[in-house]
Amino acid sequence: MLLIDCPWCGPRAESEFRCGGESPIVRPAAPASTDDTAWADYMFYRDNVKGLGFERWHHRFGCGLWFNVARDTVSHRILAVYGMTDPRPVLESEA
Amino acid sequence: MTRYSAWSLLRAGLSGQRTWTPAWREGKPRKRYQAVIIGGGGHGLATAYYLASKHGMKDIAVLERGWIGGGNTGRNTTVIRSNYFFPESTRFYDFSLSLYEGLSRELNYNIMFSRRGMWTFAHDRHGVEMLRRSVNAMRLNGADAEYHEGADVLRRIPGLNPTPRFPILAGLLQPRGGTARHDAVAWGYARAADRLGVDIIQNCEVTGFDIREGRITGVQTSLGDIAAERVGLAVAGHSSVMAKRAGFRLPIVSYALQAFVSEPMKPVLDTVVLAPSTGTYLSQSDKGEIVVGGTLDLFPSYAQRGSLPVLEHTAAGLIDLFPHFSRVRLLRQWAGIVDVVHDSTPILGESPVKGLYLNCGWGTGGFKAIPGGGFCLAHHIATGEAYPLAAPFSLDRFRTGALIDEAAASGIAH
Ligand SMILES: Cc1cc2nc3c(=O)[nH]c(=O)nc-3n(C[C@H](O)[C@H](O)[C@H](O)COP(=O)(O)OP(=O)(O)OC[C@H]3O[C@@H](n4cnc5c(N)ncnc54)[C@H](O)[C@@H]3O)c2cc1C
Ligand SMILES: [Zn+2]
Repeated sequence: MLLIDCPWCGPRAESEFRCGGESPIVRPAAPASTDDTAWADYMFYRDNVKGLGFERWHHRFGCGLWFNVARDTVSHRILAVYGMTDPRPVLESEA
Repeated sequence: MTRYSAWSLLRAGLSGQRTWTPAWREGKPRKRYQAVIIGGGGHGLATAYYLASKHGMKDIAVLERGWIGGGNTGRNTTVIRSNYFFPESTRFYDFSLSLYEGLSRELNYNIMFSRRGMWTFAHDRHGVEMLRRSVNAMRLNGADAEYHEGADVLRRIPGLNPTPRFPILAGLLQPRGGTARHDAVAWGYARAADRLGVDIIQNCEVTGFDIREGRITGVQTSLGDIAAERVGLAVAGHSSVMAKRAGFRLPIVSYALQAFVSEPMKPVLDTVVLAPSTGTYLSQSDKGEIVVGGTLDLFPSYAQRGSLPVLEHTAAGLIDLFPHFSRVRLLRQWAGIVDVVHDSTPILGESPVKGLYLNCGWGTGGFKAIPGGGFCLAHHIATGEAYPLAAPFSLDRFRTGALIDEAAASGIAH
């Protein structure tokens, strides 16, 4: 069971949340001139890292907030929680 | 190596079972192979077997980081079926199912394929409509499917709760569906491939690729470098990790899928049951254990263990269906890392690196696909062209948009 520290509500059980996948994923800035390969990359292709990953979570059965989480996909340890538009924090394990 | 037969069993029995030889050789990899298959799960082993048996390629190695069948192949709930929706999927999975039907004989290894039928339930009006649609689609695509009203379902499956929280209004039965012994599928392919000269190398992790001008020339492993101009990648949940080592990304997310088994009991359930309302599905193994699976843990994971809420939800679903299992003890619970793609359709064929072929994207349902996936990948590796059944499953579909969106249609839970 993950214990996720919602920036608004504080620590809550995993079952109150929904994972929204990898972050940040940036929509192509100029859709009209974006080719199919770049669209596919944006839509479907993922880093899917083993180890430290960055992802969005949604406090679905709580305050409804979306936020970012830095989590190890093997140990499931959560290393940071940060705002939706905040830059990705530099973590000790990355340095 | 001894061929298994009534006679060889009897003879070995009379001599105290001391005459058996290992089912496959152990050894060190050579410096060069015609083809290298990464991953000793069902798909990797089947690929090697069909390369040797159907295409006459003998100079092949299967490289497995742990022990063969130690990945999802040895962790799955072994349901075999072809109740898909789209023609491309049904055709492929039905082909795989038909290979399963003759596999024990072909491999001279009892994979314990048990054609006990598989049921999928409908719990509300919309579910009933979807179920009818599925039955029709399966029949149109040439697979076997029967539609049964709720009362009939209850009559046919003794012990099923007549008043569950989500009522059972109808059921789709695929009579040719069933289960097989998971380890036996891996071991049977390994033994048959070994007999044809394939080297099966366990405890050999592939750590990198040698690529020259966009073309593969070999792999780096924990046992040294191995040259090969054709390499098949069949590592399920670790496909993205390996792709990264080869310099590209894949449209895959890895999730943990868990299952659990009860203590063994006398035979009580002679079929496979899936209840989409809770995502719970179950069957009884030949040993007597109730084998239960559920939905994915819905966040990316490379940890081969499941999370508690999903276990709880699945167990609740089990008891809703079969209340008399409420006092049965669970013996083991585990998870495997599955390779989920957006449209729940596998990826088979070419990768961005020439000579490196993909077999992945099976997600929660690739055990039933082992004979078919191995067959098609072997064809592609040997001939350089996709086997017609597998052509729609190319990686390129994510660019062209020709997705085969089975997620909504096939009743797979995720
Ligand atoms: C709990 C659970 C229940 C399931 N239930 C069903 C079901 O009922 N029916 C069904 O059809 N499917 C089911 N599946 C899915 C099915 O198990 C898989 O799709 C299928 O087994 C995949 O086979 P594979 O050979 O591709 O992968 P695996 O069996 O996982 O084999 C991949 C192998 O690659 C090896 N490997 C990884 N990295 C490396 C490396 N760097 N070097 C060398 N080797 C490496 C791994 O050790 C592993 O042995 C289930 C899965 C799970 C986890
Ligand atoms: Zn909150």
